[in-house]
Amino acid sequence: MRGESLKSKIRTITDHAVTVLAVLATVLVVTPLVVIFGYLVFKGASSLNLAFFTEIPKPEGEIGGGMANSIVGSGVLLGLSSLIGVPLGIGGGIFLAEFGRGTALANAIRFTADVLNGVPSIVMGLAAYALIVSPHVSFLPFLGHFSAFSGGVALGIMMIPTVCRTTEEMLLMVPHAVREAALGLGVPNWRSVLSITLKTASPGIITGCMLAFARVAGETAPLLFTALGNSFMSTSLNQPIEALPLQIYVYALSPYDDQHRLAWAGALVLILLIVVAVSLVRYVTSRGVLKGAS
Amino acid sequence: MGVGIEVNNLNAWYGTNHTLQDITLNIPANHATALIGPSGCGKSTFVRCLNRMHETNPIARVTGSVRVGDLDIYNDAKPVQVRRRIGMVFQRPNPFPTMSIYDNVASGLKLNGYSNRRVLDDIVEKSLKNSALWDEVKDDLKKKSGASLSGGQQQRLCIARALAVDPEVLLMDEPASALDPVSTSKIEDLIFQLKSQYTIVIVTHNMQQAARVAEKTGFFLNGRMVEFDSTHKIFTNPSDKRTEDYITGRFG
Repeated sequence: MRGESLKSKIRTITDHAVTVLAVLATVLVVTPLVVIFGYLVFKGASSLNLAFFTEIPKPEGEIGGGMANSIVGSGVLLGLSSLIGVPLGIGGGIFLAEFGRGTALANAIRFTADVLNGVPSIVMGLAAYALIVSPHVSFLPFLGHFSAFSGGVALGIMMIPTVCRTTEEMLLMVPHAVREAALGLGVPNWRSVLSITLKTASPGIITGCMLAFARVAGETAPLLFTALGNSFMSTSLNQPIEALPLQIYVYALSPYDDQHRLAWAGALVLILLIVVAVSLVRYVTSRGVLKGAS
Repeated sequence: MGVGIEVNNLNAWYGTNHTLQDITLNIPANHATALIGPSGCGKSTFVRCLNRMHETNPIARVTGSVRVGDLDIYNDAKPVQVRRRIGMVFQRPNPFPTMSIYDNVASGLKLNGYSNRRVLDDIVEKSLKNSALWDEVKDDLKKKSGASLSGGQQQRLCIARALAVDPEVLLMDEPASALDPVSTSKIEDLIFQLKSQYTIVIVTHNMQQAARVAEKTGFFLNGRMVEFDSTHKIFTNPSDKRTEDYITGRFG
């Protein structure tokens, strides 16, 4: 009897201890995030005004101006990179999980994707530079000079491995019973993959895409010698283009206080842009989800 | 209307494992036929051979012939065509989790390219009525996911989904083994009603269930069919000693 109650006491204490440890760990993880975001709001919010969103940068030394060109530029670059990275990544993931399972090709693709995921972003920029910016082929557009196109391609390629591997993993998590149900109805395999398996796995796949998007949204290095930067408003894929991380990088290193201010504001806007984009996608894709759907 | 099934010399393998050996039997049209036997005896493999689901496993192999009505399913048809004529209900309810109740029932038609709304509405209603689920779900057809229903309702939803493509044969692989007694008896009532319109083959662990719903019963053991006869005969006066041992609970 005594032994029993001692045992149960120890169990209770262990339970409490583990709970406390878990809470502590959570606090440790969340604190830096909150501090960073708080500091960003503190430093950046005061410089946010209408001009920040509507004006392009003033010449060196002049007060004021905004980052309209960077915001638009980041939008263009991320739009292009998503157009490249999401379809290719999802397509690759579908192949890995559904059609190529166990084949040498699939193993090679999986290995390449994992390696690609670990390649430093500046190397990705160099690759885009070597493939798109440096070769001169006069009759082809986009080649031979710095351009939004080359920057978007560099970012897009960076998105592929993350999207591809999450897609694969999410598809493999779809229960076998669900695939069997579709096959049992006489649905051809390709149709079952696209309409059933992919749809069932879509919440996880969308999360993967958002992670990849958020990651490249803050990338500076791959843009340094591809998109290059542009002090004027541009939306052309064939011209150099400004991006928020590039502009932040330049302003943070500048000697002018006013540009430091703008850099802080830019960093805040960059984070808010990511938050808005992610929430928007979540909202749009969660419409039409039914009661009790898992 | 249902059609009969003629199975001749059916053999099936998983890898090197010879799971079905020389099965020959005739399953009558518009009756329920039960397959009983201990776990691993090959009865599930057998029904999966009847709609070519067996071969969805890459290491699986089949020889022999199966005629469903006048169709030789291994020589005259592609797997998808076979499966459209032969519906299947699985052991665990497996509604499509992202689809509404309505879409689950309509899925077999929609995924095969059928889209006439009015006809779909009719078929969904008729199928849900046939599976005795209509009254419980008619107000939430498009609002609720198939996965939000209870286990027993989900299984009846899966039956409705199978019926919606108007199959000639309905294969049921232990359709009630994951369900509570009330849901089980609902499924059994359903089988009773459905067998006038469809040929039903039901795999079951539960011998009382076989006795209640089926006219014919086959006893499987170690990949072979030991005995196939009228349910009454199997349960009261089996010709084979092994059948008798099994139904009296001496093994399995």
